Amino acid sequence: MATRRKPTKAEVRRQHAEQVIVYPLEWLEERSGLVGGVKYFLFRNVPSDVNWMQTLGSAALTAFLVQAITGVILAMYYVPSAATDPHTGKPVAWESIVNISDNLFMGWLVRGMHRWGASVFIILMFLHMGRVFLFGAYKYPRELNWIIGVLILVMGMMEGFTGYLLPWDQTAYWATVVGINLNGTAPILGPWLAQFLRGGQAISGDTLTRFYSLHMLVIPGAIIGLITLHLYLVIRLGVSSPPWSKDAAGGEPEEAEPERLRPGLTRPVPHGAAAMQAEPGGRD
Amino acid sequence: MEPEQPSPDAEHESLHEEAHLPPPSLYPIGFAIGIVVLLVGLVIDPMLISSIGAAIAIVFGILWARDATRELRGETVVLEPERRELKEAGEGAAAAPADEEEGALPPVSRSAFLEGATLGLGAVIGAVITVPVAGFAVLPAFLDQEVHKVDLGPLETFPLGQWLIATFVLDPAEGEVSRRTAFVRNNGLVADPQTKQQVPSFTIISNHCVHLGCPVQANGPTGAILGKPTIHERTANGPVEFVPVVPAGYGCPCHGGQYDPEGNRIAGPPVRALDRYAYEIDNGRLVLLSVYSVSHVVGTGAQAKIYKYKTYGPGQHVDGPEQWFYPLSPPQH
Repeated sequence: MATRRKPTKAEVRRQHAEQVIVYPLEWLEERSGLVGGVKYFLFRNVPSDVNWMQTLGSAALTAFLVQAITGVILAMYYVPSAATDPHTGKPVAWESIVNISDNLFMGWLVRGMHRWGASVFIILMFLHMGRVFLFGAYKYPRELNWIIGVLILVMGMMEGFTGYLLPWDQTAYWATVVGINLNGTAPILGPWLAQFLRGGQAISGDTLTRFYSLHMLVIPGAIIGLITLHLYLVIRLGVSSPPWSKDAAGGEPEEAEPERLRPGLTRPVPHGAAAMQAEPGGRD
Repeated sequence: MEPEQPSPDAEHESLHEEAHLPPPSLYPIGFAIGIVVLLVGLVIDPMLISSIGAAIAIVFGILWARDATRELRGETVVLEPERRELKEAGEGAAAAPADEEEGALPPVSRSAFLEGATLGLGAVIGAVITVPVAGFAVLPAFLDQEVHKVDLGPLETFPLGQWLIATFVLDPAEGEVSRRTAFVRNNGLVADPQTKQQVPSFTIISNHCVHLGCPVQANGPTGAILGKPTIHERTANGPVEFVPVVPAGYGCPCHGGQYDPEGNRIAGPPVRALDRYAYEIDNGRLVLLSVYSVSHVVGTGAQAKIYKYKTYGPGQHVDGPEQWFYPLSPPQH
């Protein structure tokens, strides 16, 4: 029976430091199971032959988060008012945008991120959609997730349309005139849709405020809900293999190396690790 | 003797000697009524009705307090035992319990009832909240659309046969966003078909392209080139500006729609002729009313035959087979 070595001072310090991190996590895990949930989400199994193209969805999600955060900050300074500033004779909404861009510290940067990020978000959604299409990843059982993705894309387009009016300049005004009238030419309900979007018969201050509300509350709320569903289905159904995958074609999957991974808070115990080790003829 | 076995009599007794609570007190209801009368009285007559309400509330409050604390104060609570008709032994099993009196209705368990009640109440609450909110979100865009009369100034402002580009604010309360442009021409006097009187005639064309609503421009020399100064008027609608122009037609900068001076489409994507403003002459002043749609115009000036329709949005057909795409227009002024 070997006597236990007394831990060195450095080891004791290290243990204390680990405790500082581990204790609150364990407290949280015991009461909510959230740590396990996050671990399940982050360390779930994916096919061994995934590639960078399969990160486009995460990239689009990141772009959306950038839009959400910069949008919340812009909303602190933007004023959705079509009224005319009596001192300058300019519309209040347009002046508040000028103020953000020219006067406020880093305002140009945050507005620029929001403005260009909008295009990045749409482009990434299209690239992600193209990847899913070309990989055939929309096929059974993932058809529903394709449909949800299309809804997110449509919502993103609506964000673009409603956000374009907010600077309240000539470009914004006439682009919205044309956009709403395009909707108005749809058969049967088109004229009703157009009048609903305008908040009346002509574009007015009501149009600006309702577009603002749609842009920053209604549609983002819908997108967040749809993204949640989208991710739920990704986790539930798993990531699909690329079309050239040998695994998916029935080949022997390359074995993971579970024996060298330390189970614990940062690495989950892999499913079936014990069974694999016990299997006769296995690598062990 | 089997002492553990309850006697048939004891079992019988339990049928009508169940534990039961005292009957519910009516005092809290009286107390609540008193409070309601007090509050209503605050609105109607604080002196009289409120005092009555306060009195009712105090009386019932005291009674309620006495009633509720009876046991604490050591008074014996006299409860009438609940009585049921005695039944012969053996008859009890065959006798119908309450639910068989309901007849065909299937028995509903407590949990099923609560589940249904929760869902039903939730639906009712949801509807009570959703219906007014959805109505508020949607209906104001369709209700109470007002006609904005626009005073363009005295008739002398408009030289006979001269086109003017008029810019004006439709609704001063709405501000700059309601600024509109129209092409106005004084056609001179013409006989009214009904009254046979000579009345002024105007051609007033809206500059909103009937393709998708961009502002059409007059194709032709304006103002300074013609040697005619811009006319400024101040009317009830604020400043109005008239720029003289000799249009060969109108063109849209967005998608290239082209119109002749009467507003007929001659090229490009527009689906009909340019909209026109209805107008009236009020005390010798030209007043614009609402806009109406036009399929096409035959002839010019006072003799023009205008095929008019109610207001349609840009891009919507008013004639031909495509008009069936737009059978129902939203309410407009």
